[in-house]
Amino acid sequence: MEFRTFVFYFLAAILVVAGLRVITSRNPVHAALYLVLAFFTASGIWMLLQAEFLAIALVLIYVGAVMVLFLFVVMMLDINLDRLREGFWSYLPLGSIIALLMVAEMGLVLGGNYLGLFEVEVPQTSADHSNVQAVGRLLFTDYVYPFELASVILLVGIVAAVALTQRERRQSKAVSPSQQVFVKARDRYRVLQMPAEKKD
Amino acid sequence: MVDALQGFLQGLFGPVFPLVWTLLKIVLIIAPLLLAVAYLTFWERKIIGWMQVRIGPNRVGPWGLIQPIADGLKLLLKEVVIPTGCDKSVFLLAPMFAFAPALAAWAVIPFNDTLVLANVNASLLYIMSITSIGVYGIILSGWASNSKYAFLGGMRSAAQMISYEVAMGLALVVVLMVSNSLNLGDIVRGQGQGYFADRGLGFLSWNWLPLLPMFVVYLVSIVAETNRAPFDLAEGESEIVGFHVEYSGMAFAVFFLAEYANMILVSTLTSILFLGGWLSPVGFLPDGILWLFVKISAILFIFLWIRATFPRYRYDQVMRLGWKVFIPLCLIWLVVVGCWMMSPLNIWK
Repeated sequence: MEFRTFVFYFLAAILVVAGLRVITSRNPVHAALYLVLAFFTASGIWMLLQAEFLAIALVLIYVGAVMVLFLFVVMMLDINLDRLREGFWSYLPLGSIIALLMVAEMGLVLGGNYLGLFEVEVPQTSADHSNVQAVGRLLFTDYVYPFELASVILLVGIVAAVALTQRERRQSKAVSPSQQVFVKARDRYRVLQMPAEKKD
Repeated sequence: MVDALQGFLQGLFGPVFPLVWTLLKIVLIIAPLLLAVAYLTFWERKIIGWMQVRIGPNRVGPWGLIQPIADGLKLLLKEVVIPTGCDKSVFLLAPMFAFAPALAAWAVIPFNDTLVLANVNASLLYIMSITSIGVYGIILSGWASNSKYAFLGGMRSAAQMISYEVAMGLALVVVLMVSNSLNLGDIVRGQGQGYFADRGLGFLSWNWLPLLPMFVVYLVSIVAETNRAPFDLAEGESEIVGFHVEYSGMAFAVFFLAEYANMILVSTLTSILFLGGWLSPVGFLPDGILWLFVKISAILFIFLWIRATFPRYRYDQVMRLGWKVFIPLCLIWLVVVGCWMMSPLNIWK
């Protein structure tokens, strides 16, 4: 067996196990960690395809940012597993229909070679070819409108997230550091002159 | 000599030779790095001692030079206490998550024109993605300890690290814009040319001068990113409880190894991205790996100097600095440099 093939099967085995553990592990934090492992392994497989930019971006964005925030949320949840498992059988038909649909879609895409779906050949690149440059050039020439559209949608998402979570507190005790540094001693206390009281 | 060794090993190992050779190179990077980490702790205590008119460690060995070894031995001999009710596997995994990225990032660091373990095109992206994994060590240790103090401490420092990663990433974007490359070697080579470099004043051609605001942002952000004073809200050894409060012995020491290894890593990155890496500052001296070490040491000294002299930031001030000062500044400078590069005044051709 060629070394490359060995690496592929090695990574693929880890990926499948990690994927299974994501849905079977009882602890949600463990599930999230297996998802991290799955992302990392998937990036290894992409690296085998010489898609170095996509592979590194997967680690940078999904492992480095998205899953961290995911873990933040999952760790603070108080999850009752027994209540989650209630009604497993009643949801099963709907769930299996969705699963079948997803398998069919993936089959169509993965079998694209046989079904003749691809309009463009998969490019064969040499090792000294910069992947990032090629992706960047395509994004800003051929796909500039979809790219800009995606960025506008993301921007709307950001603004919406801020708008939804921002709550003004009337009695906020936060102080502005820029005002803080201008405080003089006489703003803070007053010396009162009081007549001494007589002792009786 | 290297060729002779290569030939000898090739005969010895045959088909697995490339693997052995790479492993050897990895060891040649990691071993001096770990030694440097040990002596950075010693150097830190010495410098802070001198700045506070003390002597610093001077008991173990000549001038106290064996002190870091003694500290390491002490931590190795201590018991690793695993708290009840904690998630044992994640608890033990967390320090590794913190330490491993700091070592893995060294794979693409160029030491001079030819000396680099893996000369990949997207090395800067690789470093950004690998170092972003380090934050898992902090959140996981906070969660797995099954202690509210550790959990809150982990949340606090993870939020801080993520915030400053954004500013650092934007500063890096500006650097790679002017270098027109993601390869660290090319970024250094790009700094070796320009108006001043042609006249023998190479240090004025490095990225720190034309990108001065980004250099300052990066320098402050790396201090915050490595959780060092004055942004050391992660630990605050004596006042605030941090994410590693439940750790003891070597498990605790690994977090500190990670912190110091990260300090050396980010100092190296700053030297490469802004200070010309292995390039010599003046024309009449040759380039070489020695210059890189001088630059790394200078930035590490700044780390220690800051720690010895500045009072600690409050948490809301840390977040305010990151989000409301650095990120807008980076975004504005990104546009400024973009316009500069498109104008006839472009100096990066």
